[in-house]
Amino acid sequence: MQSKLSWQEFIITRAIKASGYSAIVFVALIFYFLLREGLPTLGEVPLGDLFAARWYPIESYFGILPLLSGSLLVTVGATLVAVPFGLGTAIFIAEIAPRWAREILKPLVELLGGLPSVVLGFLGILALAPNLRVFLNLPTGLTALTGSLLLGGIAVPTVVSVAEDALDSVPRAYREGAWALGATRWQTIWRVTLPAARSGVLTGIMLGVGRAIGETMTVMMVTGNAPVLATGLGAFFSPVRTMTATIAAEMGEVANGSVHYHTLFFIGMVLFLISLAVNVTASAMVFRSQKRAERVLS
Amino acid sequence: MTEKIQIEHLTLQYADGAESLRDISLNVRENAITVLFGPAGGGKSSLLRCLNRLNDLADVKTVSGKILLDGENILDPQTDVIALRRKVGMVFARPVVLPFSIYGNLTYGLEVMGEKRKLRLDEAVERSLRQAALWDEVKERLDDPAIALSGGQQQRLCLARALALEPEVILLDEPTSGLDPISTGKVEASLQELKKNYTILLAPHSVQQAARVADYAAFFLQGELVEFGEGKTLFTTPRQKRTEDYVTGRFG
Ligand SMILES: Nc1ncnc2c1ncn2[C@@H]1O[C@H](COP(=O)(O)OP(=O)(O)OP(=O)(O)O)[C@@H](O)[C@H]1O
Ligand SMILES: [Mg+2]
Repeated sequence: MQSKLSWQEFIITRAIKASGYSAIVFVALIFYFLLREGLPTLGEVPLGDLFAARWYPIESYFGILPLLSGSLLVTVGATLVAVPFGLGTAIFIAEIAPRWAREILKPLVELLGGLPSVVLGFLGILALAPNLRVFLNLPTGLTALTGSLLLGGIAVPTVVSVAEDALDSVPRAYREGAWALGATRWQTIWRVTLPAARSGVLTGIMLGVGRAIGETMTVMMVTGNAPVLATGLGAFFSPVRTMTATIAAEMGEVANGSVHYHTLFFIGMVLFLISLAVNVTASAMVFRSQKRAERVLS
Repeated sequence: MTEKIQIEHLTLQYADGAESLRDISLNVRENAITVLFGPAGGGKSSLLRCLNRLNDLADVKTVSGKILLDGENILDPQTDVIALRRKVGMVFARPVVLPFSIYGNLTYGLEVMGEKRKLRLDEAVERSLRQAALWDEVKERLDDPAIALSGGQQQRLCLARALALEPEVILLDEPTSGLDPISTGKVEASLQELKKNYTILLAPHSVQQAARVADYAAFFLQGELVEFGEGKTLFTTPRQKRTEDYVTGRFG
């Protein structure tokens, strides 16, 4: 009996450890693969040409700046949409909506989060883009703004879902404490509930933005795919092309081992590093606030 | 001595249907400690939470009757609830320090009122901490997170926080539950000081405490006010059999 139990323990512990480490191994393998396929670019294309403003691989122009700026523009735009909208919705569901409304809204938002991005892309092409074109009087509706709006929409459910959970787990006593001091509902939400839920809210934003950075299908469908370097805010209203869209669109047609092929992997590498940096910053922020709370509670 | 609060035929029903307060009528004197005591579920907390309308935010189905504070019915829908809560401070059974510093906890109520002058805030912090017998323990560490205080200190911080707003009435719901006898003594001593300037309503955590601090006492049993009178007489010669049983520990 004793030995059977310890056997079970042994196997379970090992299995859990193995799956934990395998996550690290997979990430390392992905990075290794990206490095192996992407780094040769540095030998084939001079750095100055790589960080140049023209992307036209057929004539051997491999400047990735337009793609970088495209991704940046669309992601920042998406964040600007997702954060206020997502937080607002989360606060509404957690703090203001009557019980019956939240019981409908919460699952609905989660359902939206599961919608395939191709479907949203379709919506973007058919509904959003033509209307934006007419409304803003633009030559085309396929712009960075269109992509931002849609990507923001994709990120919102994630932000809402995680942030709402965080707000909901703030003890009711905190709110009552603030109310009893004569704080209004808004003052309580803004000064007490939100700060108390800070780390969860931040995690939600990061997960949402992370989803937006990595999103491919939608941006490919609605941003117009013109690799033009963004030079000002006007770029929001013209077509752009993101890194993810470039990789997805061109990888299928490229000759294995060519300069173009290596450069696409190099872009993948840059993308990987950016996501890594964003994630590390986010978890450092969450971790720091957690550590402070823990130190205080001990 | 005048009557600060007059409660008339107050009945309260939560959403689950049970009446938590049944036809309560009670007058609360100014500058005295009125104790609400009785077994669990008697309705003491419910009554306290009516007095600052904190029950507005709970699942209350019906409230009827009147609560007159300085002659005005605070149950009137027209009442400015925010102003009422500044006038009627509350300290909860479990201390809820807000996720700020000690200083921030004390000034929060004033800040949401729009007070920005540092000098006024500093004054309020020191005055309220002294009133709650906490000043000497925390004066060196006002910027520390409030959650780092011990349970007893947190409880007194919550009292100080309510006092910082200079209310007229203070509601205390088991303010010394979970405190050691020394901290309990400190809180009780400050209450005796405070009653000179405030009207105090207290739900004590034991009959002994009720007997120690009560100028007036009200015995609640399952939503009903069984007996109300001066503390001295009520604890020594209760009129009702049910009060006597509870006070002498022969209950049930
Ligand atoms: N938010 C609420 N929703 C529904 N019922 C409630 C709520 N708060 C209190 N009650 C009910 O009202 C009754 C009185 O509760 P209350 O908290 O006022 O008692 P109490 O005298 O303070 O008891 P204790 O000594 O345990 O603190 C109880 O039966 C309780 O279940
Ligand atoms: Mg109670």
